Amino acid sequence: MADALRNIHRNRRWLGLISLLMGLFLWWLVSQTANLPSFILPSPMEVWSRFLVALADGSLFLNTGVTLFEILCGLFAGAGLATVIGYLVAKSRALERVLAPYLVASQAVPLVAIAPLLVIWFGPGMFSKILICALIVFFPVLVNTVVGVRAVPPALNDLMHSLRATRGQILLKLEIPAALPIFLSGLRIGATLSVIGAVVGELVGSDRGLGFLINIGRGQYDTALVFVAIFMLIILALVLYGIVAWIESRVLSWQEWRSQ
Amino acid sequence: MTTAPILTVQDLSAVFPDNNGGLRALQNVSFEICPQEFICVLGPSGSGKTTLLRILAGLLKPTSGKVDFGNGRQPRIGMVFQQANLMPWRTAIQNIMLPLELDGMDHDAAKERARKLIDLVGLQGFESSLPRDLSGGMAQRVAIARALIHDPDLLLLDEPFGSLDALTRERMWTELSRIWQARQKTVIMVTHSIEESLFLADRVLVLTQRPGRIKLDLTVDIPRPREDEMRYTSHFGELAKKLKEAIG
Ligand SMILES: Nc1ncnc2c1ncn2[C@@H]1O[C@H](COP(=O)(O)OP(=O)(O)O)[C@@H](O)[C@H]1O
Ligand SMILES: [Mg+2]
Repeated sequence: MADALRNIHRNRRWLGLISLLMGLFLWWLVSQTANLPSFILPSPMEVWSRFLVALADGSLFLNTGVTLFEILCGLFAGAGLATVIGYLVAKSRALERVLAPYLVASQAVPLVAIAPLLVIWFGPGMFSKILICALIVFFPVLVNTVVGVRAVPPALNDLMHSLRATRGQILLKLEIPAALPIFLSGLRIGATLSVIGAVVGELVGSDRGLGFLINIGRGQYDTALVFVAIFMLIILALVLYGIVAWIESRVLSWQEWRSQ
Repeated sequence: MTTAPILTVQDLSAVFPDNNGGLRALQNVSFEICPQEFICVLGPSGSGKTTLLRILAGLLKPTSGKVDFGNGRQPRIGMVFQQANLMPWRTAIQNIMLPLELDGMDHDAAKERARKLIDLVGLQGFESSLPRDLSGGMAQRVAIARALIHDPDLLLLDEPFGSLDALTRERMWTELSRIWQARQKTVIMVTHSIEESLFLADRVLVLTQRPGRIKLDLTVDIPRPREDEMRYTSHFGELAKKLKEAIG
């Protein structure tokens, strides 16, 4: 028994894969036995062939590209702005007081609810999606930047000042590396949220993108297409998350809890 | 010594704002230090020792009084704190190189000098260790090397061995006094150990309870190198007694 447990433990890299395959199998089983029409629950094979069709006619490539573009623009814009403002807020209590009501309010407003407004104002094109994406990314990155910069040990600040370091040197050699762990975990959350932001925008109103494909699929009872779009979104989110996590592991290898 | 003082402190006072008229940490502290002197500052906790060092390092403005560094310019400071204060993302040698990086020195030249200091503090083989893999004593050696590498005019040490165990601490005394003799630095070191101050210092300044004033300025005329056995001599005993009485 103990041996068996140890074996499972040793092969835990495969456990995820096995569990995925079992999930697929279960889905297939349900779609075969439950006797549901395929516009309610298409089988894995139907989804796969719909995927091939969408791949062949170019619609998958185009719409995934559009969504990815919106996500990346939104992520860079939102995270970039949040980093700059977060740094300034961390440095200035006065600025924090000035901005606090807006920041709290922006968190209280459900973004999903104002997405239609943004689409009305800025049109059904990509810009409104990028904006929604940037807004949803903004807050977690901002908060983590503030917390990260405030977590710089004061003793290291003293050290830098005793060495007559310039502001730029303190930023580069102390604040950025010290704040990086907390900042990056904010960015990781932001990366996942950015996918949600783009899709919400597209669902509200768009003529391109994976959200648009979902709308089309729903309207035409082409549920397999909805599945294909959802899987593409999952992959996009996982890839983005993975990239940030990879950067984290590269940049933060000095952290104790990562050495395990 | 007949040389001009490298540092003159005149009527230094430090008051921290608080709710009833300000907290006086230092009051009318005056003293002079000659080049290459090793000064220990002794005093009960809260007597303003750290405050004094922070003022000397330029981290804090005194409420009144003057700090004058011989030639008028700001001195280069090497500082060691109670905790080693290493940057956890830098290896030992990268930590040691920090002051030279801030000076804009060429990387290879900086590395060369850092290697020499690694030798001086006896950390060969640990150049690329991260701080998390260093013992307390080793981390403090890195901190000392970092404080020396840019050839500072003044070395400020704030209870640098306070967090080490007794054995390591005494080994570090010997090390520090060897390094000091090799590098010919002016040192001001805060401590609350009488023994430590007698082991290391040319002069001991004793501060009173808050607000800190200088109560005693004692010259330690024990010949160097100072060995372990010196603490059993009657002269050591007399000096220790004087310091003890001054601290109260
Ligand atoms: N930044 C500060 N703000 C307010 N009070 C302070 C500050 N730094 C030190 N003090 C107070 O000044 C007194 C002297 O502190 P310190 O110089 O750290 O003493 P020591 O190092 O001798 O123990 C203490 O009472 C301390 O609480
Ligand atoms: Mg202190």
